Amino acid sequence: MKIIKYIGLAIFLIGLTIFTGTIFTGNFSFTPQELDSYIAEKGYKNEVIKEELSKAIVTEQSLNIFQFSKKARNAFTNANAHYDELIAKYDTAKNWDKKGEQYQYKINGKPHTLSYQLAKKAGSGFVKENAGLMWFLTFGLGIIGALLFIIPNLVLLGKPGIKNDGIYLESATNRGWIAWLVLVYLVTFYLVLYFMADYAVNWTFILDPISKALNGGPASQWFVYGFLYCTIMLTMGVRMFIKYRHNKYQIVRTISVLFFQIVFAFLIPEIMTSLNMPGYDFKNAFPLDYDFFFDWNIENLKNSGGIGIFILIWGIVLTLIIVPVMVYFFGKRWYCSWVCGCGGLAETLGDPYRQHSNKSLNAWKLERWLIHAVLVFSLVMTLVTLYCYFSGAESLLGIKSQWIKDTYSFLIGAWFAGVIGTGFYPIFGNRVWCRFGCPLAAYLGLVQRFKSRFRITTNGGQCISCGNCSTYCEQGIDVRAYAQKGENIVRSSCVGCGICSAVCPRGVLKLENGPEAGRINPTDVLLGNDVNLMDLVNNK
Amino acid sequence: MEHIVIIGNGISGVTTARHIRKNSDKRITIVSTETEYFFSRTALMYVYMGHMKFEHTQPYENWFWKKNNIELKQAFVKQVDTANKTLQFSNNESLQYDKLIIATGSKPNKFGWPGQDLEGVLGMYHKQDLENLEKYAPDNKTCNRAVIVGGGLIGIELAEMLRSRDIPVTFLVRETSFWNGVLPAQESEMINKHIKDHHIDLRLSNNLKEIKADENGRVKSIIIEETGEEIPCNVVGLTAGVSPNISFLKDSGIELGRGVKVNRFLETNIPDVYAIGDCAEQHEAIGQRRNIEAVWYTGRMMGETLAQTICGNKTEYKPGHWFNSAKFLDIEYQTYGWVFSERGKKENEIYFQWQHPRDYKCITISFDKNTHKFIGINTFGIRMRHEIFDKWLTEQQSVEHVLEYLADANFDPEFYKVHEQEIVAKFNKENGTNIQSKKKSWKRIFSKA
Repeated sequence: MKIIKYIGLAIFLIGLTIFTGTIFTGNFSFTPQELDSYIAEKGYKNEVIKEELSKAIVTEQSLNIFQFSKKARNAFTNANAHYDELIAKYDTAKNWDKKGEQYQYKINGKPHTLSYQLAKKAGSGFVKENAGLMWFLTFGLGIIGALLFIIPNLVLLGKPGIKNDGIYLESATNRGWIAWLVLVYLVTFYLVLYFMADYAVNWTFILDPISKALNGGPASQWFVYGFLYCTIMLTMGVRMFIKYRHNKYQIVRTISVLFFQIVFAFLIPEIMTSLNMPGYDFKNAFPLDYDFFFDWNIENLKNSGGIGIFILIWGIVLTLIIVPVMVYFFGKRWYCSWVCGCGGLAETLGDPYRQHSNKSLNAWKLERWLIHAVLVFSLVMTLVTLYCYFSGAESLLGIKSQWIKDTYSFLIGAWFAGVIGTGFYPIFGNRVWCRFGCPLAAYLGLVQRFKSRFRITTNGGQCISCGNCSTYCEQGIDVRAYAQKGENIVRSSCVGCGICSAVCPRGVLKLENGPEAGRINPTDVLLGNDVNLMDLVNNK
Repeated sequence: MEHIVIIGNGISGVTTARHIRKNSDKRITIVSTETEYFFSRTALMYVYMGHMKFEHTQPYENWFWKKNNIELKQAFVKQVDTANKTLQFSNNESLQYDKLIIATGSKPNKFGWPGQDLEGVLGMYHKQDLENLEKYAPDNKTCNRAVIVGGGLIGIELAEMLRSRDIPVTFLVRETSFWNGVLPAQESEMINKHIKDHHIDLRLSNNLKEIKADENGRVKSIIIEETGEEIPCNVVGLTAGVSPNISFLKDSGIELGRGVKVNRFLETNIPDVYAIGDCAEQHEAIGQRRNIEAVWYTGRMMGETLAQTICGNKTEYKPGHWFNSAKFLDIEYQTYGWVFSERGKKENEIYFQWQHPRDYKCITISFDKNTHKFIGINTFGIRMRHEIFDKWLTEQQSVEHVLEYLADANFDPEFYKVHEQEIVAKFNKENGTNIQSKKKSWKRIFSKA
């Protein structure tokens, strides 16, 4: 069995290496005709770009993506620089008309994005021409290897039950060198995905056929991300099914997150796109879906006929009514650990790292400041955006709409949720984003804390303060601090994953939805002691 | 300001300190040799198994003690001078107290076996035992086999620990079936089977004769009393129960039996000296309890009680209904009220038992055969609500009532398969009754006894 596991690991690593290696393959260049048609298609008015690009990328030389990207980005920079010089010139000459004219020739967009669009057309090579084979060698081997690594656990882990043996003895799960390697890989992955998508253009070639089948168009880097996300969640979901096979709550919950990710976050939006509708993830609630009220999204929805209006209304109803009502009845777990995509990844890929969340009081303080600050940030951003959208102004109270949207997208959307949120899994645990950053979690948390039927019930005086619950709480809640006082756990950050209850060796914790009265039950003397003493101390 | 000194930083001592601090600003000092900070003894096993790090077993962050003005002193008390209210430490320092609380817990039993102090022989009680285990049994190359002597709760935990590192384990149990002095046969036999599932070499009705040493004075093998069989091994775990850790009190004038003798107010024979937790011995047993209760919860309860007395509200130790819990490898066990084994149960007590046909789940309900009064329940593999059983015991409900409303007491996680119907059906069949299992009701669950 162990041999199968190691073979699986080897196959997985081969798949991962090939996947990573594809980045460095392929040739990128245009023929003059291709360049002409590309520029015509894009409708660039810039008169220099054609010359710059043909110097840069119309070549017999075989350029890899890095050389290509550099040349292409230079070309765009030079082309824009030409007009910047003119702008400066007319500015000194105080020729305002001429100066104003120049802006239309500038090409907007981030250099890597422009380069990505070019590369998508300019690429050729083995990966592009053998997408099916490459899919097998990357995704295929990755999946097969991972499953061979995971499935022997059915036997190796022994009888069903909590099997956390060795978690703190192994490098991968105890912040050892493997954990750090994984961190570096994940962080690099997210940096490429968010900021240097052109480098990953070969990955999109691998998935072009699947993308075409689903939505009719070629794969973008976001399609790659979505597909990879689903694949990883499914594979690591299998791991969850095996590890927690004695625990039906975990099984049902894992099925639920997989379903919502694959069907709601991935398939439905893709199919909608293929039907010429706006691709929309019906479960992605504002303010986690922070660009829902951005002007371009509202415009897009308004122009998409009935379905667009429906989405607009659904989005508002989801955030204002469905979300809080569900939290009242079931706690925020209905969203965070049953439905949400970020939560879904955290509960599958992130499960081996859940013990790394910081349980100190200081971390709790930081959490409350940070997550509520992000909530305020997202609301201010949305207010400014909506005000500007309806009034036509560019700013509100001196805050520029474009600036605040860009800042939020960059800091929160890309860095916090992606690079830090997922990249740091192996060191800081799997819920960094959900605990410290997610504005929707902050909103759900406020409802859960003050108006909900959900609590984790502590079972009388049975706690032995062992600390398994606190150790394995992914949200950094010191569960034991409550349990050993016989007190129910009612915390805004609890996502109801149910692991504290699962790992408890004395059956002390139970997630449940019950009457609000008696939900918060501060106690000093625990059940089992003298009844009069309990009354005396607890009712004082 | 009155100075309260507590010897021992386990659950009893620390609970007392916390509750004294809640109610007063007395000076509090906790003395311990074992560790600087309080940790959960019951969690030591998880450190070896790699579920946690040692720091995770500490329920309070390190700043907690200073913030709450509880002084910690790491020292070994050599002698207690009750006449001068002074503690003498082994490093020749001393400490004055106004009130002294002895909460020194237990130490593993050793019954004079030849070789019981060899290198590689250890208990599983102190933090130092954990360190020794890491030294002598880090993996199955260093330790080819371990022998565990004594079939109680610590023994099975030690076996589980060693198995987590794939170390072969032989488990010597004196009784004819695991823990059958406490558990009814149904449950004891189920655990026997489960132990073997975990590839533990369980030897029932086997006693240790002697431990043999190699030329370096380290454990080489053990000999079994009954068969004379020699089992080669590198580690011997002695887990044949614990007894009060009080040898330092020999000449103190404090009355000692097996433990420190205390009355119901947890007072010793010397004024201003108290004893709580594992090391305290009641003059007379409380109800059906033992005179010495070496259980986590009772230590905590004594601490809660004594703190009241210390703070001027003299309070008798009056524990409520008995409860306890444990985990046997993968099987969770809870008990509420009294269920004695076949050997221990009284003439008027009879069992109702149910066992799952496949899974490791079973219950035993003990009740009075004449009045049908519910006496206690053992549950294996099913979690139950403490509050509900406590209420039923207070209300002196009948076994029929307990079965009818059993769903209220279920504490398993959501979506778990419930068995109330099957359990009730079996009772009806055996007793010719017609009890209908009621659905869970929040209203009943929250109603007070």
